Amino acid sequence: MIHTDLCIIGAGPVGLFAVFEAGLLKMRCHLIDALPQVGGQLSEIYPQKPIYDIPGYPEVNAQDLVDNLMEQAKPFSPTFTLGERVDHLDKQEDGSFIVTTSDKTKVHAQVVIIAGGLGCFEPRKPAIENLELYEGNGVTYMVKDPEKFRDKNVVLAGGGDSALDWTIFLSKVAKKVTLVHRNETFRGAPDSAAKVFDLANNGKIDLILSANLKQLSGNGKLDSVTFMDKSKVEHVIETDYLIPLFGLSPKLGPIADWGLSIDKNAIEVDTRDYSTGVERIYAIGDINTYPGKLKLILCGFHEAAIMMHSAFKYVYPDQKLSFKYTTVNGVNSF
Amino acid sequence: MVNFTVEDHDGNRQEIEAPDDMGFSLMEILKASEYPVLATCGGMALCATCHVEVLEGKDELGEATDIELDQLENLPEYYPTSRLACQIRIGDILEGSIIKLRGEDQ
Ligand SMILES: Cc1cc2nc3c(=O)[nH]c(=O)nc-3n(C[C@H](O)[C@H](O)[C@H](O)COP(=O)(O)OP(=O)(O)OC[C@H]3O[C@@H](n4cnc5c(N)ncnc54)[C@H](O)[C@@H]3O)c2cc1C
Ligand code: FES
Repeated sequence: MIHTDLCIIGAGPVGLFAVFEAGLLKMRCHLIDALPQVGGQLSEIYPQKPIYDIPGYPEVNAQDLVDNLMEQAKPFSPTFTLGERVDHLDKQEDGSFIVTTSDKTKVHAQVVIIAGGLGCFEPRKPAIENLELYEGNGVTYMVKDPEKFRDKNVVLAGGGDSALDWTIFLSKVAKKVTLVHRNETFRGAPDSAAKVFDLANNGKIDLILSANLKQLSGNGKLDSVTFMDKSKVEHVIETDYLIPLFGLSPKLGPIADWGLSIDKNAIEVDTRDYSTGVERIYAIGDINTYPGKLKLILCGFHEAAIMMHSAFKYVYPDQKLSFKYTTVNGVNSF
Repeated sequence: MVNFTVEDHDGNRQEIEAPDDMGFSLMEILKASEYPVLATCGGMALCATCHVEVLEGKDELGEATDIELDQLENLPEYYPTSRLACQIRIGDILEGSIIKLRGEDQ
């Protein structure tokens, strides 16, 4: 079990800045995100776009802003669990929480801060019958630990950058890699597409173009996938794993089941401190709603500063908090 | 004004009238008409949650741009008639067309 003062759900810009604000008040943070990287929408949807409305930056590239937020949080040594979705929050007798992820990681925290943005980025799933049956039993949507695929047969499906990148990467690890793609050509990075064609020409991978996934078979565990080519002929490939890579889309997901008041996919909060209806749970950034709410990074930063002053009383019940500028004491790391 | 038909996820059809002189995209009109279009990226052709199928009137709309195709081809289901609603400007070309919602709902 991981023990921390504050558990932050969501490592988007607002969750990351919250670490800094918590650190100024000597509160430690553990962050959990369903994505394998930090940065939320900025890193997942628009890493190379410029943002123009961050105070003090006339223009900043989204990924650079995320990198800078990580740098700013560094003195306070946050810890991370990435690539795992938070599924449950369990209140303990003393008021603290145990947070449990999809991979059963447990975090004990005095306060939970939901900075979940638009929700979890979940994989888009192909419309194949029985897909759910094989999820976790051969079908997986994320390559978290490439070692899992060592000396195994792997089928990847998709034609975007991640399908190309993982095909190239796994060709060095797996026993056999097959990439199934709907079209004749790839629209991903030309470099990666060229590499994939090279690997296929040299017999290092099997490349199946103009074909669609059709069916999964196995007995409790995936044995083979069937795909159909453009002449409507079906082919069967024996495999240990299928990795469909069709991009991600945000879904509110488990947050809806935590007993919080939800309006149009967002958590209703008290604007005095961004607390939810449940004591010791706060919600900041795109995930919350209140009259006049603007879904802007800047607004999430403001909410993080305010809520931390309210959360302090749960972490340090015997201390009184007095407000100080960072210019008074500087940033005291721990 | 331009008139076209929208078919929702359940197959219900409704006529929509939209102004053609205000620079709106089809995605904006669908949202304004209370259709459950996520439009996560706000119309930047980055999220594909505004995916629609143009059942009739496709020829008038011309070809999808490269940036549009990049998103569409990544989707698990994609049809020869697929388009991103945020990349279609409301104009005469939409008159009489039939648009089917395909993107994830809210
Ligand atoms: C294309 C585009 C352009 C934009 N341009 C601007 C701009 O110019 N200026 C501006 O201010 N804003 C802009 N925005 C909006 C801005 O990106 C958001 O306001 C900001 O990302 C919100 O930050 P956040 O930390 O609240 O949430 P997010 O960035 O959405 O991060 C939330 C994180 O929480 C994770 N999560 C959710 N639920 C769970 C769970 N149960 N378990 C684990 N993890 C979970 C998600 O995986 C995600 O990584 C833009 C957005 C888009 C899409
Ligand atoms: S709104 Fe995101 S692609 Fe159209």
